[in-house]
Amino acid sequence: MLDFGYPVLTILIAFPLIAACGLFFLRAPQVVRYYTMAVSLIECLLAVPLMGFKLNADFQFVEKLDWVHQWGLQYYLGVDGISILMVLLTIAVLPLCVMCSWTYIGKREKEFHFCLLFMTSSVLGVFCALDLVLFYVFWEAMLIPMYLLIAVWGGDDRKYASLKFFLYTLAGSTLLLAAIVAFRVTGGTFSIPDLMQMNFSFRFQFWAFLAMALAFAIKVPMFPFHTWLPAAHVQAPSAGSVILAAVLLKMGTYGFLRFCLPLTPAASEYFAPMMIAISIVSILYGGAIALGQSDIKKLVAYSSVGHMGFVTLGIFLFNQRGVEGALFQMLNHGIVTGALFMMIGAVYERSHSREISKNMGLGKYLPAFMFFWGLMALASFGFPGTNGFVGEILVFIGAFQDSPFIGMFLVPGALLGAAYMFRVSLKMAWGKPSTAKAWRDLNAREWIYLTIPAVFVLWIGLAPTGFFKVIDPSVNKLLNDFDQRKVAAVEAEQPMQTAAADIHSLLAEKE
Amino acid sequence: MNFNITALVPELFFLCMVLALLVQSLGSREWKPPVEKWLPFGACAAFFVTITGFHLHGAMFWDVYKVDLMSQFFKIVITFGFYVVVLNASRQPTLAEGKRADYYMLLGFSTLGLMMLASSVELITIYLALELASYSMYAVIPLRAKDKGAAEAGIKYIMFGAVATALALYGLSYIMATQHTTYIAELMNKPWSFADQPMAVVGLSLFLGGMFFKLALFPFHFWCPDVYQGASNETAAFVATMPKMGAIVVLCRLAVLLKPGLEITTILAVLGALSMTFGNLSALAQTDIKRLLGFSSVAHAGYIMVGLVSGTPEGIGAAAFYGMAYLVMNLLVFWIVSRVASDGRNLKLSDLNGLYKKAPVLAFSLAAGAFALVGLPPTMGFMGKFFLITSAWDHGYNWLVITLVVNSAIAIYYYLSLFRHAFTEESAPSHAAPPDNGWFASAGAGMLAAAVLVIGMVPAPLFNFAINAGKTLYGITVTFAGGGH
Repeated sequence: MLDFGYPVLTILIAFPLIAACGLFFLRAPQVVRYYTMAVSLIECLLAVPLMGFKLNADFQFVEKLDWVHQWGLQYYLGVDGISILMVLLTIAVLPLCVMCSWTYIGKREKEFHFCLLFMTSSVLGVFCALDLVLFYVFWEAMLIPMYLLIAVWGGDDRKYASLKFFLYTLAGSTLLLAAIVAFRVTGGTFSIPDLMQMNFSFRFQFWAFLAMALAFAIKVPMFPFHTWLPAAHVQAPSAGSVILAAVLLKMGTYGFLRFCLPLTPAASEYFAPMMIAISIVSILYGGAIALGQSDIKKLVAYSSVGHMGFVTLGIFLFNQRGVEGALFQMLNHGIVTGALFMMIGAVYERSHSREISKNMGLGKYLPAFMFFWGLMALASFGFPGTNGFVGEILVFIGAFQDSPFIGMFLVPGALLGAAYMFRVSLKMAWGKPSTAKAWRDLNAREWIYLTIPAVFVLWIGLAPTGFFKVIDPSVNKLLNDFDQRKVAAVEAEQPMQTAAADIHSLLAEKE
Repeated sequence: MNFNITALVPELFFLCMVLALLVQSLGSREWKPPVEKWLPFGACAAFFVTITGFHLHGAMFWDVYKVDLMSQFFKIVITFGFYVVVLNASRQPTLAEGKRADYYMLLGFSTLGLMMLASSVELITIYLALELASYSMYAVIPLRAKDKGAAEAGIKYIMFGAVATALALYGLSYIMATQHTTYIAELMNKPWSFADQPMAVVGLSLFLGGMFFKLALFPFHFWCPDVYQGASNETAAFVATMPKMGAIVVLCRLAVLLKPGLEITTILAVLGALSMTFGNLSALAQTDIKRLLGFSSVAHAGYIMVGLVSGTPEGIGAAAFYGMAYLVMNLLVFWIVSRVASDGRNLKLSDLNGLYKKAPVLAFSLAAGAFALVGLPPTMGFMGKFFLITSAWDHGYNWLVITLVVNSAIAIYYYLSLFRHAFTEESAPSHAAPPDNGWFASAGAGMLAAAVLVIGMVPAPLFNFAINAGKTLYGITVTFAGGGH
C-alpha cells in the first residue's frame, strides 16, 4: 500500500502545524513575529519541489497510506492542475498575512500566529486530500482557528460575527459528511480518484449533489447563504480577512470542481440552471449592495459575493472557457481581494476608521498607497492588462458560448463592479482630506507585501499562458469525463437501477 | 461448572482492591491510612492488568459469564475510567475526611458491578450485575456534605432507578415466559417480531428500559441533569460516564437480537432520534455546566443507538468505540470542571470566562473536549460519530443518520459556548476560588486531551479491537493477530 517518494505535500501540511507548537516557547511579541515570518518563508522554500509539476492531468506528488483499514480510510494526498494553484496561493498568502498584521495585532500575538499557521495547514490539507474523509477532516479543522481569529482579534461586533460564521459553515458541512458517507456506502470507497471512475444513479446523484452543494454554497458564499460573509469580513482582523478572501472562499468553489462535477455529473447538469441563476443573482446582488456601502471593508466584502458569483457561474457553464475562467477568477480574487483587504488594514491603522469619508484625499498625501489601490481596483473589475480581465473575459466568452441570454445578465454585473470600485477609488484619491495630511505613506514592510500581489496582477494579466498550461490538461480531462459520464447516466433507460448495484456485485465477485 | 481462574484475573485483582477499601472503611475513625496515597497506583495497576488480559476468553458459571473480546474491551475502558475518576476525586473538596475510604469503596463496588456486566451474557446475571453497579451509586450521590441538592439528587436517582429496575424485572419475566430461556446466545435464534412473539417483544422493550435508564436515553433521562447538578463535580464525573459503559455493553450484546426492520429496532431508532433532539434542544438553554453536560449526555445516548440499530458487527463495533470516546471526552470535561471549581461549587458558563489566561492548559484541554463532544475533526468524537453514521447508512435508517447529522449542527452552539467563554471572554474580578492550576491538574487535563486528539487521528488500533469485538458477538471467528495489537 505504500507509495512514498519525498513526501512534499505532507511536509507542506505538517510543517506549519509543528512549527506553530514552537510558538509556545517564545515570549516577546516581536520574536513571535519574526519566528512566524521565518516559518512562512521556509514554507515557501519547502514548496519549491512543487515546481516539478508535470503538465498533464494526473494527480501528482501522490502519497498513500492506510489509515483505518477496516473502514477503508486512507491518508491519500495528491495535486492536479486545479489544486496546485490553490496550494501555491495558500502558501504565498501566509507571509503576506504575517506582514500585514505586524503592527495591527497588539494582543495575544502567540495565539494569533498559532491560528494563522494552524489554518494554513488545514487549508493546504483541503486542497491536497484525495480521500473524502481526510478532506472533511481538514475542511472542518480550519473552522476553529478562523473562529478564533474573528472572535478574539476582531472588531466590536466580533462575537456575533464569529458565531454566525461558525454556525453557518458547520451546519452546511454536516450535510457534506452525510454525502461522504453515502458515497462510501454506494461506491465502496472513500478514494476520490476511484469514485471519479464510477457512475452513480441519478437518484443518488440528485441527493448527494444537494447535500454537497449546500456545504459548498455556504462556503463560497452564494446568495442567499452569504450573510455570514460581510459580518465575518468586517469584524475580522486584516490577516483574517485576507485568508478568508484569498483561500477560504476558494474551498467552496474548489469543492464544486473536485466533487460535484466529477462525482455527480448528471445532477450537476440537472441543477446547472439553478446554480447559474443563483450565480447571476449573487453577481448582481453583491454588486448592487457594494455600490451602496460607506464602509470600505464592507464594500470589498460584498464585492466578493459578486466575484465569487462569476466563479460559480463559470463552473456551471461546463465549457472549457467557463471553467478556465472560473479557475483564473479563483486565483485572481485571492490575489486582488487579499491585497485590497491588506490595504484597508493599512489605512485603518492610520485613520482608525473604515468609513470612506474618513479616508479621503489619499492621492495627494499617500500616492504610493493610492497607486497600489488603483491597480488593485482596476484588477478587481477586470481592466484589460490586469489579471481580473483574463478571468472575467473567459467567463464572459463561456457564458455567451452557452447562451447569449446568460451573457446578457453578466454585462450589468461587470458594470456594477466598475461602478462601485470607481466610486470608492475616486473618493479615496481625490476626496476632500479629513486628517490624511498627517499620515505617512507606505513603509518598507507595506511596500513588500503590496508589491508581491501587484507583480502577480500584471504577470497573470499580461502573460497568462504559463498558467493556462498548468490548468488546461486538468480542465480538459474534467470536462471530457463530465460529458461522457453525464451521457452515460442520462442514456441509461432506468437511472434508478443503479450503477451502485453493479459495483456491489463486482465487489462481491472480488471477495 | 466450568471455571478458569486466569480468565478472571482482572476482576479478581479489582475485587482485591475493593476489599482492601472495605477493610479500610471499616477501620476506626482515628485510623486514617492515606487512601489517596495508594489507591491511584492500585487503580492504575488494575488498568494495566486488564489491558494485559485483552486476549483472555472463556465461558464459565454455566455459561452465564463470558470473557470475550467485547467484555475485555469494555473492562479496559471501565478500569481506565475508574483510574481517572479516582485521580479526579482525590482532590474532591466537598467530601468529609472521614468518608473518603467509604466513598472510594462504593465507587469500586459499582465499577466491579460494571466489569461483571461487561461479561454477563444471560439476562438474570445482567440484572444482578446491574444491581451491584447501581446500589453503590444510590449511596454515593448524596455524599456531598451539607448540600440539600445532593440529597435531592440521591432521592431522584433511587426513585427513578427503582422504577426502571422494576420495569426491567417485569420485562424479564415476559421474556422467560415466552422464549423459555434467558441466555442471549439462545435468544438470538428466537423470533423477535411483534407478529410472532408479541409478549417477548414487550418484555424485551421493558428490559431494555432498565438499560436506557442507566444510559439516560429519552424518556428515561429525567434523573440525569438533576443528579449531575446535585452531585459533587467529582461524583458527577463517575455517574456521567461509568454506568453508561455498563449499559452500552449490555445493549451491544442485546443488539444481536435486533435486525433492521423489526418493531423493536424501530422503537430503538425512534427513541434514539428523540433523545438526540430533546437532549440537544434542552442543552441549548442551560447555563449551569453540569446540567448542560447532563442534557448533552441524553443526546449522546441517542447517538449510540445509531450504531445499535444497524444490525451489523460494524455497527456494534462503532457503538462500542463511541462509548469509549464518550467516556474519555466526558472525563476530560469533568476533569476541567472539577479543577476550575476548586472549591467544589457548581460552575456556570460565565465562570469559565478568561480561563485561557488563568489556566492555559486547562483551557486548551477544554477546547479539545468540547470539540470532541461536537464531533469536530481531528478528535475521537469525530471518528466515533463518523463510524456510527457509516455503519448505519443504507441499513434502513438513513433518516436516523440525517437526524444525527442535523443534531450535531444544533449541538455546536452550546459546546462552542464552553470554548467561547474560555477563550474569547475576559473574566470579571470575582471572589470565587481561582482554578487549580497546579502540575497535577494540568498534567491530567493534558494527558486526556492528548488521548482525545491522538485517538482521533490514529483510531485504527482501538477501532479494530472494537469491530472485532462486534464480530465475536455474531459468532464470527477473529484471530488475535488481527485483533488490532
